Amino acid sequence: MQHKVIDTKDVVIRFAGDSGDGMQLTGSLFANMSAIYGNGLSTFPDYPAEIRAPKGTVAGVSGFQVHIGSEDVSTPGDFCDMLIAMNPAALMANAKWCKRTAMILVDEDAFDEAGLRKAGFKEENPFVELGVDDRVLIVSPVTTLTEESLKESGLDTKTVHKCKNMFTLGMACFIFDRPLDYIFQYVEGKFGKKHPEMVEPNKKVLKDGFNYAANLQMIPDTYHIEQTHHEKGLYRNITGNQAVAWGLLAASEKSGLPLFCGSYPITPATAILEELALHKSLGAKTLQAEDEIAGICTAIGAAYAGDLAVTTTSGPGLSLKSEALGLAVMAELPLVVVDVQRAGPSTGIPTKTEQTDLNQALYGRNGECPIPVVAPHSPAHCFEMAFQASKIALEHMTPVMLLSEGFLGNGSEPWKIPSMSSYPAIKPPFATSLPEDGKFHPFERDPQTLVRRWAIPGQKGFEHRVGGLEKNHNGVLSSDPANHALMVAEREAKVQKIADYIPQLEVDGPASGKLLVVGWGGTFGHILSAVSAAREEGLDISRVHFDYIYPVPRNTEKVLSGFQKVLVCELNNGHFANYLHGLFPQVNIVKFGKVQGQPFLVSELVDAIKEAL
Amino acid sequence: MATLSFKDFKSDQEVRWCPGCGDHAVLAALQRALPKVSSALNYEKERYVVVSGIGCSSRLPYYMDTYGFHSIHGRATAISTGIKVANPWLTVWQACGDGDALAIGGNHFIHAIRRNIDINIILFHNQIYGLTKGQYSPTSKFGAITKTSPYGTVEHPFNPGSLVLGAKGTFFARSLDVELKLNEEIMTAAALHDGCSVMEMLTNCVIFNDGAHKTLSDPAVKADHTIVLRHGEKMIFGKDHDRGLIYDGRKIRAVHIGEGGFTEDDILVHDAHTDNIGIHMALADMKGPDYPVALGVIRDVKDITYDDGVRDQVKDVMQKSTIHCVDDLLRSGATWEVK
Repeated sequence: MQHKVIDTKDVVIRFAGDSGDGMQLTGSLFANMSAIYGNGLSTFPDYPAEIRAPKGTVAGVSGFQVHIGSEDVSTPGDFCDMLIAMNPAALMANAKWCKRTAMILVDEDAFDEAGLRKAGFKEENPFVELGVDDRVLIVSPVTTLTEESLKESGLDTKTVHKCKNMFTLGMACFIFDRPLDYIFQYVEGKFGKKHPEMVEPNKKVLKDGFNYAANLQMIPDTYHIEQTHHEKGLYRNITGNQAVAWGLLAASEKSGLPLFCGSYPITPATAILEELALHKSLGAKTLQAEDEIAGICTAIGAAYAGDLAVTTTSGPGLSLKSEALGLAVMAELPLVVVDVQRAGPSTGIPTKTEQTDLNQALYGRNGECPIPVVAPHSPAHCFEMAFQASKIALEHMTPVMLLSEGFLGNGSEPWKIPSMSSYPAIKPPFATSLPEDGKFHPFERDPQTLVRRWAIPGQKGFEHRVGGLEKNHNGVLSSDPANHALMVAEREAKVQKIADYIPQLEVDGPASGKLLVVGWGGTFGHILSAVSAAREEGLDISRVHFDYIYPVPRNTEKVLSGFQKVLVCELNNGHFANYLHGLFPQVNIVKFGKVQGQPFLVSELVDAIKEAL
Repeated sequence: MATLSFKDFKSDQEVRWCPGCGDHAVLAALQRALPKVSSALNYEKERYVVVSGIGCSSRLPYYMDTYGFHSIHGRATAISTGIKVANPWLTVWQACGDGDALAIGGNHFIHAIRRNIDINIILFHNQIYGLTKGQYSPTSKFGAITKTSPYGTVEHPFNPGSLVLGAKGTFFARSLDVELKLNEEIMTAAALHDGCSVMEMLTNCVIFNDGAHKTLSDPAVKADHTIVLRHGEKMIFGKDHDRGLIYDGRKIRAVHIGEGGFTEDDILVHDAHTDNIGIHMALADMKGPDYPVALGVIRDVKDITYDDGVRDQVKDVMQKSTIHCVDDLLRSGATWEVK
């Protein structure tokens, strides 16, 4: 039959099913294909902590939301235009994310009596029960159709059922006008080497799903999303965790120092360690430590021995690393600590995103213990900030905290691949000469930067001791009150000096006015969209985003002072707002926080902006 | 290369251990052993890094004129591991106490041994917390009366040797603070061992646990209460060299040579290099009154080291990979061109 093709600016598709249904794979395939096709893209994997929660239950539902557009998109989208639900539980958990006009595709075979009860449905019709029966409903026997499609393949039933997701993906490809060629390349790449026998069956199921959708009367229209007019160049799709790993490798190359990563696996940061472990060809050494403390302590040891040292973790792991962070501050060694934040406290909700570690990053140690804090604002931006965090650590001889978020780490977006020639060299303050007395004084400082010099074990004549005890400039232990006060002040001033080497804030919109909307980290895209939406409604507001949190950029006070009100939006109960208030008490700060383990919705930000005005 | 002497390893810092503390003697042995190690292996002084955690003995790096890192409680082993992996060319020595290594740092300790990373750990074992002024440690004897166990402990102590060998340690030696010559010998052997070397040094805390190892150090009785094991030598001990260890088909036994039909031919010969960890376990576990306590190098076997493994894998992958720089990496995998 003939379908009407509608040109549309953007669509949001949510794939949902049991955690064993391959929804993350299906979603990423759709995303990667769309990236290669040339659409703007943002993704949001929303999955449970359990690897295989009881089948068919709401607890086990895994989702992957993809937002594609004919222009750049800055968020994964609040609500979806299409929901693909592989079972009743997936519908139960995700129906609330459907737009009024959304299409809902379900596998009819899974919607039997038992399936409905397992998901907690009480009534006969799940769509009526959830109040979504007015949406465009596509109820197809996906399991039966997949079995039919593969009956000649010789595959066993279990394997055949694993291909269900490909059938729905094929259908989605038809509905959103995705050429199958792109996805075939991916299937070949994914299965070609290890499971060559799975290449043809997957391609067949995809094609059959595509054709099935083309013949289906229930599908009223199909949608075309034009390719984005990107700047010329080579592009790829990248997740935040991958980008952090690559940014660290870039810093290793630009500093000429081998990369050492000591880490303990923890959700949602593990992918960084896994990614670095792949790249030994670039000299990266990874050590999967016996615990979080060993992760950071091996990194501190490696830093002392002259490597670019890194440890990666999430909130609970950062708590365990606190004492060792103090040691790195005291010994003034370069170290990058990556915290991919998740919902806390304690184990919290490991797979859900938050920005609730900011206080811990800023203050979570004993003693006067300043550590610079920086935060990437999008998945691809993680590359830039991992590079900058390493540069600050190495050039200013300090541990640096890179505060990422689960939302950024797991999310992905297209990225114009930079050339490493556009990145600066990193120049650590190596000790190259000895003073007249012939002895290396490890804690004497450069008068300009207040940074100490770095002598690496193996360097003849520079033998010296460092440690966690207070000492004087010569490295001799000292509990003298005046010396302690001096050393505390110098360590703080050294970190403050970093503000001379980081970019100033750039205000989006007028430099003064009624309202400035402030964000930091991964809320960037949502705030950007919300501010644009508010402006479309005629509101006159400005926006600024902090990538550098401690120290703040030099022009921060000037920027904030230009506005009657400053609305600080963050996924916590006001950590950054309180921090800014402490720095600039004269500024009228209004907090807008959310602590649900979920990113902001653009709509709720728009409401907050209106309320603040 | 200039020959190094013990003076080259003495820093200008004042040694602040209590007078009579066993740590002085261990420091002296180390300062005497390292010049020997340096000539044997052709090591320059700048190649040494001495690492420690927290505790009395962990002050040791300050007294050595080498690169040094006085870290935090329990974590010395993790710091040492990082140093050695970052630069396997460095030779890493570590000083830690029984509380530091076996209580708060127990996890790092067993994992370093399991990985067989090439570091040399001197475990100062005085069965007490000295720096915090006299609380029991994980090696204090059952029932030990200390400030935190005024009615006696109700917990079983670790035997460091069992712990090391249980983690499949490749080098374990034991000695006493006062055995200066033996300690130099053990430290040299530890340095020559490629892998994780643990040297248990039974030290005396004069203030909080004086005489804890007295039956092993008292010249009047020590010959009957200890046996010094040396690879290839018969396991003979006693003031009159008339006692020895035999294997009776079931277990090791201490016997008098010439009594009960035992001759010198029955006495076991120490094989520190055998893979058989059982015999080393049995030797490390020996204690009075039925057995002498074993001193010397009990186990010294070859196995793959972690630092070599990491280095070789990096080299190997570098040769095989098509990704040689970050630009290659960024362009690897799925990309698309916008024209």
